[in-house]
Amino acid sequence: MRYLPLTADDRRQMLAAIGVGSVDDLFCDVPKAGRLKSPIDLPNHAGEIEVETALSTMAAKNLPAGSAPSFLGGGIYRHFVPAAVDHLIQRGEFLTAYTPYQPEVSQGTLQYLFEFQTQVALLTGCDVANASMYDGATACAEAVIMAGRITKRKKAVMSGGLHPHYAGVTATSAEFLGIELVSADPDLAGEEDLSAMIDGDTACVVVQNPDFFGRVRDLSVLAEACHAQGALLVVVVTEIVSTGLIKSPGDMGADIVAGEGQSLGNALNFGGPTVGLMATRQKFVRQLPGRLVGQTTDVDGQRGFVLTLSTREQHIRRDKATSNICTNSGLCALAFTIHLTMLGEVGLRKMAELNHANAVRLADRLAEVAGVEVLNDTFFNEFTVRLSKPASGVVDTLAEKGVFAGVPVSRLLPGRKDAEVLLLMAVTELNSDNDMDRLIGELGEALR
Amino acid sequence: MSAPETYTGNRGLQMEEPLIFEANSAGLSGVDFPEADMTSDRLGGIKREGEIGLPGMAEPQVVRHYLRLSQKNYSIDAGFYPLGSCTMKHNPRLNEKMARLPGFAGLHPLQPETTTQGALELIDATAHWLATLTGLSGVAMSPAAGAHGELTGLMTIRAALEDRGDARKRVLVPESAHGTNPASAHACGYVVESIPANERGRVDFDALRSALDTDVAALMLTNPNTCGLFEDEIIEIAEAVHTAGAFFYCDGANFNAIVGRVRPGDLGIDCMHINLHKTFSTPHGGGGPGSGPVVLSKDLMPFAPVPYVVRDGDRFRLIEDEGGSDAKPFGRIKGFHGQFGVFVRALAYMMSLGSDGLKQVAEDAVLNANYLMASLEDVLSAPFAGPCMHEVLFDDRFLTDSGVSTLDFAKAMIDEGFHPMTMYFPLVVHGALLMEPTETESKAALDSFIGTVRSLAEKAKAGNVEHFHEAPRLTPRRRLDETAAARNPVLRWTPPVG
Amino acid sequence: MADIKYTKEHEWVRIEGEIGTIGITDHAQEQLGDMVFIELPDVGKSVAQGDEAAVIESVKAASEVYAPVAGEVVEVNEALGDDPAKVNSDPMGEGWIFKIKIADPAQLEGLLDEAAYKEIAEGDA
Repeated sequence: MRYLPLTADDRRQMLAAIGVGSVDDLFCDVPKAGRLKSPIDLPNHAGEIEVETALSTMAAKNLPAGSAPSFLGGGIYRHFVPAAVDHLIQRGEFLTAYTPYQPEVSQGTLQYLFEFQTQVALLTGCDVANASMYDGATACAEAVIMAGRITKRKKAVMSGGLHPHYAGVTATSAEFLGIELVSADPDLAGEEDLSAMIDGDTACVVVQNPDFFGRVRDLSVLAEACHAQGALLVVVVTEIVSTGLIKSPGDMGADIVAGEGQSLGNALNFGGPTVGLMATRQKFVRQLPGRLVGQTTDVDGQRGFVLTLSTREQHIRRDKATSNICTNSGLCALAFTIHLTMLGEVGLRKMAELNHANAVRLADRLAEVAGVEVLNDTFFNEFTVRLSKPASGVVDTLAEKGVFAGVPVSRLLPGRKDAEVLLLMAVTELNSDNDMDRLIGELGEALR
Repeated sequence: MSAPETYTGNRGLQMEEPLIFEANSAGLSGVDFPEADMTSDRLGGIKREGEIGLPGMAEPQVVRHYLRLSQKNYSIDAGFYPLGSCTMKHNPRLNEKMARLPGFAGLHPLQPETTTQGALELIDATAHWLATLTGLSGVAMSPAAGAHGELTGLMTIRAALEDRGDARKRVLVPESAHGTNPASAHACGYVVESIPANERGRVDFDALRSALDTDVAALMLTNPNTCGLFEDEIIEIAEAVHTAGAFFYCDGANFNAIVGRVRPGDLGIDCMHINLHKTFSTPHGGGGPGSGPVVLSKDLMPFAPVPYVVRDGDRFRLIEDEGGSDAKPFGRIKGFHGQFGVFVRALAYMMSLGSDGLKQVAEDAVLNANYLMASLEDVLSAPFAGPCMHEVLFDDRFLTDSGVSTLDFAKAMIDEGFHPMTMYFPLVVHGALLMEPTETESKAALDSFIGTVRSLAEKAKAGNVEHFHEAPRLTPRRRLDETAAARNPVLRWTPPVG
Repeated sequence: MADIKYTKEHEWVRIEGEIGTIGITDHAQEQLGDMVFIELPDVGKSVAQGDEAAVIESVKAASEVYAPVAGEVVEVNEALGDDPAKVNSDPMGEGWIFKIKIADPAQLEGLLDEAAYKEIAEGDA
């Protein structure tokens, strides 16, 4: 078998060197009741041709978002990733390296993570960022836990504009850790006022910008309201490209930023793996979960990088760690940082502008379509529309015609009658005028 | 002579490379975009003003930057990587090709289900392989990594106990356990109690029995354990745990030792996370992404988190929220559906190896580790008698009075072209050295490693302290000041003032 | 001459009147390695005997410092913020961590004297 390099001869020699007759002797500590008497009921080994055929058959049953006009968003966004990114992340020295615990032979990984941390801090307008989390939703949960550690308070106020998955994951952690969540209703109308919900027991207020419905707002007033009560402002960013065009959370007073970096460098991958982002103020850095890369010098006085502040982490602090997290999102963070390096200041700004301009163009065109009402006054690259028929059915109809119209809000907020006619539509630099023509044609048809 | 001897600081193919921020060509970009029409915007008056501060570069410079960085990394592709409990096996390139099929990589998680049936089928197939290999009922596929899987498993257990009105407060964890175990238990709201190891390197069953009472929710055990040994009393341990009304959680990090030969379900385990990036060959990627699906017993399945895939005749459905479920999921632990891109890689591997191949994997992994043990135990010091499983543990008694520490020994290995083994873990022995060769190493690679370790051990015992204290000498950077890094953390580049 | 008592967890307490100055022993700092950060208790905090009062972090380990006796924290060694290495270089002097107003002097009797502590430290090495 192609991944197993020992020959029968090797095995014979090695058994002899060990001094046992067969490999079964090496499993002598397995209790008899645990020893299998027959092979496990699964297919035997297969060559590349067979495996590729089987998996290609499975893949062919799917319709990739890119092969049809696609306006899907809802926390995962389809962007163009330059060809060089995927080539670079497949270099064996990146792909098959481990966590950089031996810094002398991991300066590649450590330096790109240091650059990544800097980029994330710059985008979010914060002092420091970590070397990534699993995803945005778990980063959000960790931010709430972190705010609790800093303020020593046990309550968090959750905006109704938060992505339901982020709210769900945070609620799970909160329940198991005894953190009280005060959750505002889903903010369909865009009118929520969280400042009334903050008191002296509040550790943090969690708000998303642009929010789940696509709305963009200035959070400075909310930040002040939080700080007046000794609470922290946690800002969630699910579309990191938005930071290329709208005021950063840090500049609006955010104390902790939890975000999703998938938009840069990473394909859709059916929602995973992605890359969570966390950033905060300098004074809170010791409370940040996850890995941190720091700068230092070696014995020759040369600048280098190491994992640092590790005593916060599970492998040392064990049950007193800031989190149980062990991995970061390694290769996904690398893809993010390479893509962002390719873009640079000018490229990110242009990319963000194209996203917004395309979204504005579609919103203006949709205003002319009967049965479609764009609800947002503000947005970056995603907005909510109200349809004259349930959105879920319209989306399914359009999918049969080869158009992905967007994400029905009811998919993420099930059981709410007022959400059934709402549709989230995202527009990126990849959406052409042709895409919009097709969408509008089919949409008009479906709503007749 | 330690200072660089060249004008550039480069040494042949070993190149120095500044930070991207120090190589900024303002105004350049490696991506060409058309201009956007920004005459009217809907940004609510909060357009970003001023520069973000990102450096600009054209594509050739970007590629050169990352290529040079890559050359500073050791990797499995480059050589032997015997980190204990990490299972640094070869990452097959077929996995990468399959993960990049547009029908997989190009799927948005919130597309209508009719357009993603092949993806749901893949998740179901991967779960089926894992459940069958482990002898358990079903799988929670969504945890993003091993530690995340541990947390998910414990949350499932807690939900099950609370459902039967029997909420308990403690979780028992062996002293030798990986740090994620107590951290995960704590993150689940449990109090952690540590159980010592016995003189055979296994968990002390008497101590365990004394600690097991009706306030214990679960025992978290790693099997084989972090000393590389099979917990031979595991069936009796399972019985004791179940008699106390608790659940038996297994940390599956070391599954590579027994895959295809032993099913954890047969041993009485209720719940086990599997590290797809260990046993099932998905790449470590410099620290992630991983995937930590959790196999669950029949009693625990109803409480598994959302989302999960169900088969409905010849169609697959995704159950995404508690309202859509017939069971009692405790909630959601991750955004979207789990590490799908990692599932594709793992399934490609499982299909490639098959039932017979995976059994061979475990046998070769165990054979390789025992070969290391047999070839090194006369020059190193093994604290526990063999046979070992897929990894072998040594301690630092062989370095006594040499002036050379475990750390020094490991640094000397780096100059020899090897990544060091795991050091100082598990904590149950002094100055631990834990080696896991995996099954994808040839006998020649093992012999080369053995010869080097033997020579270094002799050198250390002969008192050549300087060789070890000065190591490594040949790497892009030598020993780095971790104390300074922690005392005055510099976690990002900052533009120089003025 | 102030009286110094020790604990099994390698803390020392120097008693001067009703104030106890607390730190960790030379043996402890050697085991932990170079100190990088000290998490000091809040002034005014009340601690029971055996409560976690501070956390000392080295590069590779983090260790709790427990209150040897009950009392109220009256002063903390702010200088350790800039120079945690004092705990390594002068653990019994400038590396002191916090001072408490001792609530119950009787608790001091249960602590170890220098000779008894030395025995423990040697056994631990």
